Amino acid sequence: MSELLDFNLVEASEALKNKKISSLELTKAYLKSISDTSSLGAYLEIVENKAISMAKESDKKLIDGTARPLEGIPIGIKDMFCTKDIKTTASSKILENFVPTYESTVTQNLWNDGAVILGKLSCDEFAMGSSNETAAKGNVINPWLKNKKMSPGGSSGGSAAAVAARSALAATGTDTGGSIRQPAAFCGITGLKPTYGRCSRWGIVAFSSSLDQAGPLTRTVSDAALMLNSMAGYDQKDSTSANLKMPDLMDYLDKGIKGKKIGIPKEYTQDGISEDIVKFYEKSIDLLKDEGAEIIPVSLPHTKYALPAYYIIAPAEASSNLARYDGVRYGARQEASSLDEMYELTRGNGFGDEVKRRIMIGTYVLSSGYYDAYYLKAQKVRRLIKEDFENVYKQVDYILTPSTPTTSFELGKKQDPLTMYLNDIFTVPASLAGLPGISLPVGLDKSGLPIGIQLIANSFDEPGLISTARVLEMSAGFNFIADGAAK
Amino acid sequence: MNDTSNLKPGHIQGETGIWEMVIGLEIHAQISSKSKLFSGASASFGSEANRNVSLVDAAMPGMLPVINEFCVEQAVKTGLALNAKINNVSVFDRKNYFYADLPQGYQISQFTKPIVGEGEIIVDLDDGEQTTIGIERLHLEQDAGKSLHDQHPTKSYIDLNRTGVALMEIVSKPDIRSPQEAGAYVKKIRSILRYIGACDGNMEEGSLRADCNVSVRKSGEEFGTRCEIKNLNSIRFIIQAIQSEAERQVDILEEGGTIDQETRLFDTSTGETRSMRSKEDAHDYRYFPDPDLLPLEFSESWVQDIKEKLPELPDSLKKRLVKDFGITSYDASILVEEKDYVDFYQQAANGRDGKLTANWMITELFGALKKDNLSFSESPITSENLGELISLISNGTISGKIAKEVFSEMMKSKKSPSEIVKEKGLEQVSDDTEILKLIDQVISDNQDKVNEYLSGKDKLFGFFVGQVMKLSQGKANPGVVNKLLKEKLK
Repeated sequence: MSELLDFNLVEASEALKNKKISSLELTKAYLKSISDTSSLGAYLEIVENKAISMAKESDKKLIDGTARPLEGIPIGIKDMFCTKDIKTTASSKILENFVPTYESTVTQNLWNDGAVILGKLSCDEFAMGSSNETAAKGNVINPWLKNKKMSPGGSSGGSAAAVAARSALAATGTDTGGSIRQPAAFCGITGLKPTYGRCSRWGIVAFSSSLDQAGPLTRTVSDAALMLNSMAGYDQKDSTSANLKMPDLMDYLDKGIKGKKIGIPKEYTQDGISEDIVKFYEKSIDLLKDEGAEIIPVSLPHTKYALPAYYIIAPAEASSNLARYDGVRYGARQEASSLDEMYELTRGNGFGDEVKRRIMIGTYVLSSGYYDAYYLKAQKVRRLIKEDFENVYKQVDYILTPSTPTTSFELGKKQDPLTMYLNDIFTVPASLAGLPGISLPVGLDKSGLPIGIQLIANSFDEPGLISTARVLEMSAGFNFIADGAAK
Repeated sequence: MNDTSNLKPGHIQGETGIWEMVIGLEIHAQISSKSKLFSGASASFGSEANRNVSLVDAAMPGMLPVINEFCVEQAVKTGLALNAKINNVSVFDRKNYFYADLPQGYQISQFTKPIVGEGEIIVDLDDGEQTTIGIERLHLEQDAGKSLHDQHPTKSYIDLNRTGVALMEIVSKPDIRSPQEAGAYVKKIRSILRYIGACDGNMEEGSLRADCNVSVRKSGEEFGTRCEIKNLNSIRFIIQAIQSEAERQVDILEEGGTIDQETRLFDTSTGETRSMRSKEDAHDYRYFPDPDLLPLEFSESWVQDIKEKLPELPDSLKKRLVKDFGITSYDASILVEEKDYVDFYQQAANGRDGKLTANWMITELFGALKKDNLSFSESPITSENLGELISLISNGTISGKIAKEVFSEMMKSKKSPSEIVKEKGLEQVSDDTEILKLIDQVISDNQDKVNEYLSGKDKLFGFFVGQVMKLSQGKANPGVVNKLLKEKLK
């Protein structure tokens, strides 16, 4: 069994197509792995019967030669994606029994390409959080250290933990301010947030509509390329989806980076960043230089305003997006004697503290008298940050930064919200600018925890992002498996 | 002091002098679209509760709005018909508030950047005068659902059929000065909307509703504090509500009180307005641009295309009717009120006496329909048949008097006038010998009167005409009768 788990996505796909393995045995291996690693709490819902029937279906197609790009690949789905007839809760009590009658565009794209669903993965409630501790059903544990309960990061903590623990061959995530890249960094895997508009948001529980973007969490860069190939695409049902065809990313894996210019922004080496991360960041710069890239120091002067602007815009949109969870039509409802009381009890009981905090912040910054000072100003800052990137991309092709200021932290060590928000400091600027970013593991720190490095490309340059990330991945040679991973 | 007989409409005589009303209207017009503003669900009226509800309308998690292009086109068309500025870039905003029949928890509307900017329309008043009313803006927005509070002792029911239906909100400038002007303004807007087919204007079904902002002031003073009367669904109620609200405000001000800015409801049973919510309870709607939708952008040429396809509008049509058919401006303004009227009129009057046709249509046809409680579209008389009747009068086949008889038969039987005339033998007799026979009969029957006439009692001429007409059962041509009688009695 264990060697089945050793295959990464691309390798498994090869083995399936060459009929060395069947989807059924692969899927069963993963279902067993899910149960072996259940103490990590990555899965909220396991759909064993559905997985097995999909795997059998895939095996037929593999045999009759009609296999699709992801035929027979067992994956996990972040619980932010609505899945038809499968409970979708966004890790919130307010949706604890919600079963959609529809399938999100991104997951439908995956099933259309032959992927097999294993189950739904935990995340921070409504994707609000950076530690996966805000999930209604409790936190997820990072599989890296066996002796200590570390955070997998968030909000796609379940997705990252499952891929690192080998209880999913790949997983979907959503990234609003770093929710794919930060957990990928914490869990020693690859996480790709595409350009805003690349993947349809239709059927994804909305957190912050102008920032939310789906993307893959995988073991390798090529796995991410294969996943994104299937996930991306124009969708008429999402007005913000880009009507652009993405080239086959697999064609860009080995393009190299000779002559490419890599920008190193001076604003990303601040106080408070861990020494080990600085060390591996510098090492990564050297590796890229060795591969023929030109390293250019650049400046993104408005970086320091990104986090405050993000924590105004995202909560503002969230406060409005979450108004629909009112107990009237679906989800949890607390009976009461008046409509207002029903709202108060339903939402008071249904939402967790972090979600409530953001709804309150968002409501406040949109209120009359505060709108100009907060929301409007934050939008101006967002524009400036976008311009910063536009200017830098006149000089360079890609930007290299650390993914996070620190590696994973211990669960349950109560952090104040502001310290928690600092986790996103390196991922938020690209989110505000709508740019594609990828985090990939380059090494371990002194405690044996993975370190992630982020590459940011210009809008819709996922192909170039993949080429560059692949070069760094190969040269960094990160080849560790989490202690807690299924063996 | 309280003699109000000489007051102008919109003026109120108070103890301290004459007060003037200042009125602005917000008209909500439902766009005649098969589907909703941001979803594919049907926008039809009268379906069973919650039948026309898509996942988007019910605000299921992850659902996204997609703009209905047809609705955008109707808004642009309406803007052009209101002589207004079309904004080639406009933005959808979210208006946030909680209510059970508002599934998203916000209404998608347009706040700072509406699709249509300033414009103006000419309004025809009852006294034949005209006035110009400014348009502040027109924007697109979603309708909310319906809460039903009377179906169960402790529960409320929600019907989401209307949720997400496309509305245009047309906001006037505070240019209106009397309830009658307000009524005429709504009539004119409704007429324009029907001409261009953007809205059916059906107030009973709620396709057209108005919120009225009313304040009072002494002539020449600054605007007073206004109150908004919500959701009026007939022109009669609009006129009543404004009058009663203005009187209420005058009473308060004259007693030394102040007006609280508030939202009020009109109670149709009492004919008075009552407070719905005060300014303190007003919602903070937390408007912000809807991040699910891109700004609405369109090219000048797209607008131009719509402009070129615009049908002839009431004002220009009215001028043309006066010029082409020689009718009065007043008659023309009545005929252009509804597209159906003009179409009918133009068909009936084509190649015929325009004035006569207008008279018959406005006085006889409208009168008869009203008497029989029929709508215009239910008229038993077609434009063809009315036209034929006009021809029969004009070419002397029947007299005006007989025509009325024919007309009432047409209302009853839906038959064509020539058919009726033929069946009942009502053709006018113009033949000299036929009529001379009748004249001879009358003269021989009334020899004494003939003598009186011949000795100078000229007034008796009319008596002889009447007797001849009576003898002919009204069919004799009065002109011929006159001519021959004169000769005979010389």
